[in-house]
Amino acid sequence: MSETLIDIVHLTKRFGAFTAVDRVSFSVARGEVLGFLGPNGAGKSTTMRMLAGFVRPSSGHASICGYDVQDEAVKARTCLGYLPEGAPAYRDMSVSDFLRFIGRIRGFDGAELRERVQHAVALTNLQDVSRLLIETLSKGTARRVGLAQALLHDPDVLVLDEPTDGLDPNQKHQIRALIRHMAPRKAIIISTHILEEVDAVCTRAIILAQGQIVADDTPLGLSRLHHTGRLEDVFRSLTVPDAA
Amino acid sequence: MMGSAVIIARREWAAYFASPVAVVFIVIFLAMQGALTFNAGHFFDRDQADLVPFFTYLPWVLLLLIPALTMRQWAEERRGGSIELLLTLPITPWQAVLGKFLAAWAFCTLAILLTFPFVVTVNYLGHPDNGAIAAGYVGAVLLAGGFLSIGAALSAATKNQVIAFVLAVAACFLLLAAGTATVSELLTRLSPDLAHIVRLASVADRFNNFTRGVIAARDVLYFASVIAFFLFLATLVVGEKRAE
Repeated sequence: MSETLIDIVHLTKRFGAFTAVDRVSFSVARGEVLGFLGPNGAGKSTTMRMLAGFVRPSSGHASICGYDVQDEAVKARTCLGYLPEGAPAYRDMSVSDFLRFIGRIRGFDGAELRERVQHAVALTNLQDVSRLLIETLSKGTARRVGLAQALLHDPDVLVLDEPTDGLDPNQKHQIRALIRHMAPRKAIIISTHILEEVDAVCTRAIILAQGQIVADDTPLGLSRLHHTGRLEDVFRSLTVPDAA
Repeated sequence: MMGSAVIIARREWAAYFASPVAVVFIVIFLAMQGALTFNAGHFFDRDQADLVPFFTYLPWVLLLLIPALTMRQWAEERRGGSIELLLTLPITPWQAVLGKFLAAWAFCTLAILLTFPFVVTVNYLGHPDNGAIAAGYVGAVLLAGGFLSIGAALSAATKNQVIAFVLAVAACFLLLAAGTATVSELLTRLSPDLAHIVRLASVADRFNNFTRGVIAARDVLYFASVIAFFLFLATLVVGEKRAE
């Protein structure tokens, strides 16, 4: 096993009496693409938010590149590219202004800033819309802006909450190819509802149900958990209590 | 450390001018300030070349308009979800709070400076004490900073823009009214000690010292403390309530 870049230990988040994430532990090494699966409300986004340092855990720890996301938040975030759920952005800015802002915060300026923004725009195929205001973009294009923002500083760790949601089939194909291309150099977590995505890009998948990990295996290993061998059936049998 | 705050301030500054907020704010500010100074303040009838009526009404106009500027500071980030993006960048909550404050403060300073025709007018009509006028402007900028920091803290504390506005107006009003003659007389009858303390805490006397041409270190320190205290409070609130 190569170097561990993401490490999560007994991570728990309670909202009042409700436990959204319940003692979740796993780690992700460089070269791995971890698919994060589970029904809505299973705790995928909350786990990712804790990892990004946005939601404070009720208990447990998470670290990125060896930095605790709470105690050494700024250092941890320097190593992290994060696409939040819904790909929020400053919608009153143009794509290139927005990416320049992110680049400056990430410590780039001058020619390097220009290169970084150009590179991120090229990777996510935003050349034609870079002068448009983000609020005028389609859902899929806005999602790619969020992705460009996460990739801009070429981080070791990528945490992407539904990166292909709202994309058309061609764009999905492109983004998956991009993720596969980057995979050997990074540790990547993507959450998704699209099970075929797991086969397409993930080296490993975790299924969450009611805040707990119910499966953690390679796509091949997961498919063996149900006699049909179909991921869809595995997913149902693990996340719907009564399903056979 | 300062760098990220300035980058955020520049983005916020651009956002003011990307929407009608900047123009509406400045036009209404100048119109209200002009109407009150000329009509209610009897600017010409007084036959005195000074800006006393101008500085008498300025705090009350700022009291009404500044909370309108600050109420959206954090509410807007929450509504659009961009708060998750901003607070997972490699910055501290303090840098985000400071950046937003600096942009708002620079903007208010611009609005205040745009009242220069009053200065030109009194200089055309007579021989005013331009030192006192300059000191009054310094006081006005510091007063605006104080009100802005209060508004920032309340904006961070509530998702609701109306509540943020009303509470900020009320808080600024208390701070301003506490130093007026009416309140002072009332409190003196109840308890002279209390009246003295309330007067010390009020912005009214401090601001009036500036308009008389006195820039005293303790008055500057007073405004600096108010700003520092409320920005500190805003930082705590943003850090605690970021994901709510």
